[in-house]
Amino acid sequence: MSDPVHVGVFVCHCGTNIGGIVNVPEVVEYAKTLPCVEWAEGNLYTCSEDGLSSIRNRIKELKLNRVVVASCTPRTHEMLFRKNCERAGLNKYLFEFVNLREHCSWVHMEKPAEATLKAKDLVRMGVAKVSLLQPREDLATDVLKATMVLGGGVTGLSAALTLAHQGYQVEIVEKEEELGGLLRFVNRVFPSHQPSSVLLNPLIESVLENPNIRVHLGAQLTEVKGFVGNFKATINEGGNPLELNVGTIIVAVGAQSHKPVGSFGYGRFDNVMTQLDFERLGTGQTAGFNHVVIINCVGARNEERSYCGRFCCIVALKNAILLKEANPHAQVTIVQRDVMAVGKLYEDYYRRALEMGVRFVRYDPARPPQVEGINGKAERVRVFHLLMGKEIELGADLVLLTTPLVPAEDNAALSQMMKIPLGTDGFFLEAHQKLRPVEFPADGIFVGGCARYPAEIPDCIGQGLAAAAKAAIPMARGQVVSDAFVSEVEPSLCSACGRCVAVCPFGAVDWAEVRTSAGGAKSVARINPAECKGCGLCTASCLSGAIRLSGFTDEQIFAMIGTQR
Amino acid sequence: MAQKGVFALSHKAVLIIGGGIAGIQSAIDLANMGTTVYLVEKKPSIGGRMAQLDKTFPTNDCSMCILAPKMIECANHENITLLTYSEVAEIQGEEGNFKARIIKKARFVEEDKCVGCGECAEKCPTKVSDEFNVGLGQRKAIYKYFPQAVPSTYVIDPDHCRLFQGKKCGVCQKTCKANAVNYDQKDREILLDVGAVIMATGFDLYNVSGLGEYGWGKIKNVLTAMQFERMICASGPTRGHLERPSDGKEPKTLAFIQCVGSRDVRHRRYCSAVCCMHATKEAILAHEHYPHLSSTIFFMDMRAVGKGFQDYIRRAGEEYSVEYIRARPGRITENEENGNPVIHFEDTTTRELKSQEFDMVILSQALRPSEGNAAVAGQMGVTLDEFGFVAPSEDLLNPFATSRGGVFACGFCQSPMDVPDSVVRASAAASKVAEVLASCG
Repeated sequence: MSDPVHVGVFVCHCGTNIGGIVNVPEVVEYAKTLPCVEWAEGNLYTCSEDGLSSIRNRIKELKLNRVVVASCTPRTHEMLFRKNCERAGLNKYLFEFVNLREHCSWVHMEKPAEATLKAKDLVRMGVAKVSLLQPREDLATDVLKATMVLGGGVTGLSAALTLAHQGYQVEIVEKEEELGGLLRFVNRVFPSHQPSSVLLNPLIESVLENPNIRVHLGAQLTEVKGFVGNFKATINEGGNPLELNVGTIIVAVGAQSHKPVGSFGYGRFDNVMTQLDFERLGTGQTAGFNHVVIINCVGARNEERSYCGRFCCIVALKNAILLKEANPHAQVTIVQRDVMAVGKLYEDYYRRALEMGVRFVRYDPARPPQVEGINGKAERVRVFHLLMGKEIELGADLVLLTTPLVPAEDNAALSQMMKIPLGTDGFFLEAHQKLRPVEFPADGIFVGGCARYPAEIPDCIGQGLAAAAKAAIPMARGQVVSDAFVSEVEPSLCSACGRCVAVCPFGAVDWAEVRTSAGGAKSVARINPAECKGCGLCTASCLSGAIRLSGFTDEQIFAMIGTQR
Repeated sequence: MAQKGVFALSHKAVLIIGGGIAGIQSAIDLANMGTTVYLVEKKPSIGGRMAQLDKTFPTNDCSMCILAPKMIECANHENITLLTYSEVAEIQGEEGNFKARIIKKARFVEEDKCVGCGECAEKCPTKVSDEFNVGLGQRKAIYKYFPQAVPSTYVIDPDHCRLFQGKKCGVCQKTCKANAVNYDQKDREILLDVGAVIMATGFDLYNVSGLGEYGWGKIKNVLTAMQFERMICASGPTRGHLERPSDGKEPKTLAFIQCVGSRDVRHRRYCSAVCCMHATKEAILAHEHYPHLSSTIFFMDMRAVGKGFQDYIRRAGEEYSVEYIRARPGRITENEENGNPVIHFEDTTTRELKSQEFDMVILSQALRPSEGNAAVAGQMGVTLDEFGFVAPSEDLLNPFATSRGGVFACGFCQSPMDVPDSVVRASAAASKVAEVLASCG
């Protein structure tokens, strides 16, 4: 920009919040002495309509082309002031915010004189920086109104169906030859005891009937390119490669049931099986057992796998109740550590099991139960009963091992392919555990269900729908607007060391071929502005000084810290 | 956050009842899809229960620091209209075509003029027990609900304001440089046309004074978990310092009693879902504030079922001097000499009857559906269960439906659940609403 810089500075009293400590008139007078400052004024409340209109009028009257507001936090007010500049015809990125409240008056309440000196420093730095800002435009990219859902279990199907109902195209990619996921092998669902098919069949039918949904069975994802709005995914469907162009991706690949081979006689005794093995036998198989021992937390909450399987206790309750219903005389004992009957429904379910005569024995993980038998058949379980303080022996013609869900085998490969993180437990790691549970740091890719962490059916449905809601947002808007302050690579300086590629949390940096001055070609880092969030990690990690983050260039930072009072 | 290029999904708007984290999340998701959202909150600020928490398990993120940006996003979003200090009076119609009548209570402070500077409250002569701080601190008769309130507009509490009580005053009006105080403001009625409704009415605290054996309200150094949460919060009434109510001394030993009113057929049969974790968090935070402090948690089952929860419990024991004792204490008495609560319990692992003295005891009180839930549900014809939660949906594939078509529910008003589960369900309910609106065309 070749026009001379004319800065306007607006210093807010914020009632007494700033004005009660910082000497605002003194700061205003000081601001008038700074280079390029055409105008400075104090306002009782710069954010009130009086303050805002004053800024707009000064921009027009005095042809101000840079604005500094020294008031509170950009968190709440930056948008307001930027929009206000825009209303007066000034590019909204020619605005700089100085925080005199949180960064000065509030933290230096006891020292007004020093606070005033610091306020002057902060304003001077703001003026130095704003003078070097350049106008920028928001970068908008179009978004394809289609989603790829990886995984055709209850999570993926729920996500697919809600998106299809909202009018988006959905491509379901399922590696098995059938839809339904793990739920296909579950006999009955808790706590209603309806067959799982009552839930699953209508869901699968609705998906198959919906014209907005294409289902790819026996299909593997082989490559993903692109970014939010325009992903190109290649899948291998029954030996044939197929390219899918989608705007968003939902990862709902589920999990697998842990098989505790070698422990508690699993694999050695025919009548020792996991809960899922037992359920796969089908409804008819629950009768005929007189002594059943259920061992909980098998392969969970231990050194190797520290997490709790979340709903396995409820599965144990369910099968205990079903076994009792099939044979009321059966002795059913659940050997457990804590009964995780969390929430509204399951305490009653727990009580129901107790009232039916299911026994609960608490064990100490340091003294785990022993399963004993001969000729490939378990006959008894010995366990140290914590409440009785002694070892007891339980006869057993069936031993059920309650095991947690463990991460799907392909997670690591998918994580690499899509640049989405895995946690130390091997499940996908969400962007924020509390408030962004179905998102990734990178835009446009979402997660739900047991791919994220073991989840029971309503939670799988909920997370599928939640991931769908997040995917629907950019598709409903039709475009994504990226941050205007992004990093840029100067190719001639890049040494292609790859540090920026490794450090970027958003997968925004990759490689590009450029011609060298000698006429050859070399590979350099390239930053996709649509994916860059302007965090500056690449800029800070670049050893060659080849990356600059607009809005925070070295030139600007040096100008801010370089001028002395 | 740029709001460029938003297209209208449908001309139909959505009404969301409850401005806690669930309602906020539903509102933001729908607004980001291009839907017009009315977010109704009965309190003077959005934020809900999460705003009262100091930190959040299992990451120890500061609750306000992660919530405030969401509140501000709501307030600044061009598609969201906040109706705080407002209640739903009536809803008529059917899915796709509801008419809602909202009463916006008089704040006696003009929202478009008040800049939240706080000079009025500084000058106000009347002090009142502070609801937000669960009775631990005091506020003025003109007040902001909490320091980070959104909107930051002040409100006059006419039950305590001198002027409204017929005495001479008017100090706040004279003080206000923005001329925002208006003693003549009246309740306003607002009529809304909406296509769908989301209930996100959240929870209230179970009154533990009914559990006489634990002495809350009689033994000074027995607090509820929410009181402790406010006390240890840097923006709370003691600025984050632990002070025993009896003598202001810093406690060295804390005990937490779990399932107070929960899992108890005399009170609430159900498990409140979050207490095992918040007690552990509070014990960790106390130790972080005072490295010599130790805590004992009396529990029945340690229900740490969420992602990262088991590791959190393990670290509490290994690094933060937290001891877990499996026991359901029978009663608490008070050592009259030093004001220490004494817990009487049977240690179930050693089968011994014991009594142990602590400097302070914190009761993990049961959580119950919001007190206003019955009224809100009644207005809408939504069926509740015996506890007052929204009755579970008949449709297994849509756990967010209620007994009334077009009305959805999410968060704690459905069943006890923590923040991530509430956030997931809030987004899920938003997706179901988007389906309804898409079919409205």
